[in-house]
Amino acid sequence: MELKIGDRSNALKDHGRVMREHFGIRTTGEQYVIALAGNPNVGKSTVFNALTGLHQHTGNWPGKTVDNAQGTYTYRNKSFLLVDLPGTYSLLAHSVEEEIARDFICFGHPDATIVVLDATSLERNLNLALQVMEISSKVIVCVNLIDEARKKKLSINFIELQKELGVPIVPTAARNGEGLQELQNAVYTMAVEKKKTRPKQVVYSEEVERAICTLLPKLEKLDLARVVNPKWLALRLLDSDISFIETIGRYAATQNQKIVAMPQQGSKITL
Amino acid sequence: MTILPVPLSTLQPGEKSKVIQLDVKGLLRRRILDLGIVPGTVLTCIGKAPAGDPIAYLVRDTVIALRSEDASLIYIDSAAR
Repeated sequence: MELKIGDRSNALKDHGRVMREHFGIRTTGEQYVIALAGNPNVGKSTVFNALTGLHQHTGNWPGKTVDNAQGTYTYRNKSFLLVDLPGTYSLLAHSVEEEIARDFICFGHPDATIVVLDATSLERNLNLALQVMEISSKVIVCVNLIDEARKKKLSINFIELQKELGVPIVPTAARNGEGLQELQNAVYTMAVEKKKTRPKQVVYSEEVERAICTLLPKLEKLDLARVVNPKWLALRLLDSDISFIETIGRYAATQNQKIVAMPQQGSKITL
Repeated sequence: MTILPVPLSTLQPGEKSKVIQLDVKGLLRRRILDLGIVPGTVLTCIGKAPAGDPIAYLVRDTVIALRSEDASLIYIDSAAR
């Protein structure tokens, strides 16, 4: 192990690179990685295509028969790598697609995650947005299909929604290119300028919150907690989410020497 | 008026009711919750397959088909139809 204690930010960067390669994603130099999540049929791929144009390539997620599309675009002289995640309703129900989406948001170190929502059925779509916001604070909510919503005479109060959720909200109609400039701008602000957000967190019953509080001090010591929200880790443990615990174990193993067992306080995952 | 929970599978096409309780366990429960079916959600039965299974429901502006075996584990308010 060559890492010095004072070398943490570099180590984190390195960690990010290694993890991305694990997902079959290679970045070149100063490239920002942006994940694109959303329910099925919300126009996620339309957003993806509208942003990346022909600069994309498709394949599979390593070891999984699930399509993986990546594309690049340049905005204000910065290069962004957009990763189209499989469409899911949730990140908790263990289909292969959901595991890929979850693992990438947790361990793939995206510099921002765009959650695409269907403006015509926000109520159902917000479930996924809240779940992603529990994992990461680097979330941008893209409310797509606003042209459809207009046709259905739905009006959405985006200012109030943004206040309520605590993350940037961008209304788009990707089909006509509407709002894409604003979306790129929001991504830039988050990924490049590192603007912080305060995503609304779900408050659970008193019993659950108490249990989380018991676990938190231990989880916060883990290096993993700098990448994944420790409260979310606590919830998965309480959920006895075996598949996720196994995933942590697997990632810890690939990272062991590099980050999970970094010299600081001798913290180490023992699950 | 007392609330009498009856299985969702008894809801006939065109009828509408409110979810009271979910007896579904494990991963299917998670899935059903993710689809927006939680206590208090209003469901409308919009049609049955020729053999009576699966059954299509309108949930939060989205049509979802459930096996009647799974729908029988979701309880609705019989009075609210």
